[in-house]
Amino acid sequence: MLLAPGTELKRTPLHDLHLELGGKMVPFAGYEMPVQYPAGILTEHKTTRAGAGLFDVSHMGQAWLDGPDVAALFETLVPGDIAGLKPGQIRYTLLMAEDGGILDDLMVTRPVDDTDGSRLFLVVNAACKDQDFAHIAERLAGRATLTRLDDRALLALQGPGAAAIMRGLGPAALDLTFMTAAPVEIAGVPCLLSRSGYTGEDGFEISVPAGRAVDLARALLGAGASPIGLGARDSLRLEAGLCLYGHDIDTTTDPIEASLAWTVPKRRRAAADFPGAARVLAALKDGVSRKRVGIRPLGRAPAREGVAIAAPDGGPEIGIVTSGGFGPSVEGPVAMGYVPPAYAAPGTRIDLLVRGKPLPAEVATLPFTPHRYAKP
Amino acid sequence: MTVKYTEDHEWIAVTGSTGRVGITDYAQGQLGDVVFVDLPAAGVLLEKGGEAAVVESVKAASEVFAPVTGKVTASNAHLEAEPSLVNSSPEGDGWFFEVELSDLAELDGLMDAAAYKDYVASLD
Repeated sequence: MLLAPGTELKRTPLHDLHLELGGKMVPFAGYEMPVQYPAGILTEHKTTRAGAGLFDVSHMGQAWLDGPDVAALFETLVPGDIAGLKPGQIRYTLLMAEDGGILDDLMVTRPVDDTDGSRLFLVVNAACKDQDFAHIAERLAGRATLTRLDDRALLALQGPGAAAIMRGLGPAALDLTFMTAAPVEIAGVPCLLSRSGYTGEDGFEISVPAGRAVDLARALLGAGASPIGLGARDSLRLEAGLCLYGHDIDTTTDPIEASLAWTVPKRRRAAADFPGAARVLAALKDGVSRKRVGIRPLGRAPAREGVAIAAPDGGPEIGIVTSGGFGPSVEGPVAMGYVPPAYAAPGTRIDLLVRGKPLPAEVATLPFTPHRYAKP
Repeated sequence: MTVKYTEDHEWIAVTGSTGRVGITDYAQGQLGDVVFVDLPAAGVLLEKGGEAAVVESVKAASEVFAPVTGKVTASNAHLEAEPSLVNSSPEGDGWFFEVELSDLAELDGLMDAAAYKDYVASLD
């Protein structure tokens, strides 16, 4: 990403630990973040799918949103079912623009101790956090108060080995199921723990006071987790078919085009009371001109973001790749992109114009690797 | 045999008027795990400094430039099945292609091993 001249890169509370672990630091969303450690992206990816990976995602934005009947208020900004959240439940939802585009995707938690419906915990993307929080604060001014939690770090422990590590360091973590959260003490550190993640694996996201983040990270590494950089974070989420904001979804895509219709439940469709409802309902009723799909190149060459998609055998250009690369667990190239609905069925042949050459590919079912969440 | 290096981290090992080309150990270390290499076909004419091949790591695609002008005579078929040879043996079995040099004098503009070593040291 381009930074204005003179912009200082920010550091997370784990910065020195990244350097100690040999992390290769790169600019990302205004932060200096590890793209990989000495093990390398392939190994880090596979380690997460086989064991447990520890990610620093402290650059993401965390905030409390407080106010009477806060879920109903927040529903004026998102199309998800927030009012239906029980204490301790988490929802993935979308911050919507008035024209039906997507401003950001985010996680919304109703704290387990919220008995009167007055508090939500928000986690938003790093690159969007300033504008997201300004937007939310402004739109709900006088009715709800947004408090940024810039004094907290966020770690993610992901993989089939994550639960075993928690059993040793904070067994109350195992009471959580996928998409639920609670305050849990881990290795003696008070945390807000969520059973969620961005890899398609079982795992946890851990909000922790900045001053205790290194202690907690060392405890998790000591219990067998491996440090994982942003490179593997991206290949893991791509194999899991999860959207990356600013790439697979943005202010030009609506939720239906993005194949995120599942995030707009029946009650919200019927009420049509969220920003961009007109476009979303029209898309549901009349269909869309493009659809986000999974793509499997049939050869070995990866197709990256920005590669044009064409109808097969010299046909016209029909779409574009929005995320693409090599899937270490799939052991081949994988991608996501937008194509017209006529080409959106799994198995449909398409071409990818990689460096000017048409390479054969097929539309594929997402995710590329099955999700393995701790569902109740 | 003479081995020369470019500032873009290609090496060329020349015997007579034929050169074998690859990327250096420093380059593979910067790229990370290589997953695909797009090689030029035999017969293709390369111009010194022009794009000759593409190497894809898990991270990104990177261009490999022709260290000299000439005609491609062979490419390393092993890289198709085993692109990781570029990581494990960048200056050996992980070579990219061979080229018939048009102008041996072009080699004079490239670095020898000692100069390349100093050049890499200056980058860190």
